[in-house]
Amino acid sequence: MAPGELTLDIRQPSGTTAVVDVQGDITAESEEVLMDAYNKASGEETKAIVLNFSGLEYMNSGGIGLLVTLLVRANRQKQQLLAFGLTDHYRQIFELTRIDEAIGIYDSEDEALAAAGLK
Amino acid sequence: MTEEQKPSAEEPVGEPGAPEVKVSRDAAFWAKPISELKLGHDIPAEAINLNVEGKRIAGMTGGFGKMWQKTYKVQLAGTSVSPTDVVKAWKENFARFWPKAGRFYGPLTSISPGDVALLNLSVGGPAKLSTGIFVLYADDTSFSFVNPEGHMFAGMITFSSGTEGDTTVAQVQALIRAGDPLYEMGMPMIHRKEDKFWTKTLENLAAHFGVSAKSDVQKVLVDRKRQWDQWRNVRKNAGIRTALHMVGAPFRAIAKPFKRKKTPVG
Repeated sequence: MAPGELTLDIRQPSGTTAVVDVQGDITAESEEVLMDAYNKASGEETKAIVLNFSGLEYMNSGGIGLLVTLLVRANRQKQQLLAFGLTDHYRQIFELTRIDEAIGIYDSEDEALAAAGLK
Repeated sequence: MTEEQKPSAEEPVGEPGAPEVKVSRDAAFWAKPISELKLGHDIPAEAINLNVEGKRIAGMTGGFGKMWQKTYKVQLAGTSVSPTDVVKAWKENFARFWPKAGRFYGPLTSISPGDVALLNLSVGGPAKLSTGIFVLYADDTSFSFVNPEGHMFAGMITFSSGTEGDTTVAQVQALIRAGDPLYEMGMPMIHRKEDKFWTKTLENLAAHFGVSAKSDVQKVLVDRKRQWDQWRNVRKNAGIRTALHMVGAPFRAIAKPFKRKKTPVG
């Protein structure tokens, strides 16, 4: 994968929860890829979408803006948005922008899935 | 815009033999964590310094009103200026490109992550609104501000430059909600003022490079739902606080000569 690219893989641990594995860079140019992944992850029964940021390599302010619009879309569908795998650096950004008040941040996938009601 | 440039951040050199500490390529471009805002520079005596010091950042997912994404763009046709040159000049002259509707009291040097600036905005007649901004992010081709609690908007505004074909463009993009119900009621007027403000800012920026151009604006309603659980934000409304401060000015002036001066002990 070339620098600057974003790839998103989707897993379905259950019929109501999807995990999106983020690999690469999130910037304003990632909108199409991110929203496409959300559409694939979000089914009629989906209640929670868990973002795995352990492969996140770069994010600018445009990327944060995209996460905010993703959150709006998820809330519109009454879906919970959760996250794990953030480094200290990105966790601090989430806290600074107070996005962590709307997106639950967890230390591991198991904890995030438990919060989503799966485990 | 074409894919934005991502300037590289240097990796730190670790001690020989020690495990390598991986630093994100974007680490240098983000502000460091803070719990509350502090003005780190002097301001002129005429500036109204309210609603910034000690305030928290208004969360990007906070705010009361509908969420809008507004994009203002100007084409710098006929110049060879690069996006990096545009943003460098913009950071160095940000206050100068600010239209006459307000004053921007920022650091004298260029805009950097973590900077805090004071805004005194004219809202009609002698009425002013004192608030501020915090520089959340800044790299070579963009910089972004977020606002303190009490500001008209909760959200983020990004100033950037890129290329479209052979033409360099400059852009202001706001992703915002009205901060509280009072601001939301005033949004039709606030939107009109914002549109005039940022189009004029971009025209001033273009003129700096010898380009006479009008900017265009695109608006997208991202979320038509209001966040009613945020109605209490009105307690921190910077407009109300500024108005009360201005109304109290004559009384403070009268009381000033009667304030007890501290006398040294001994």
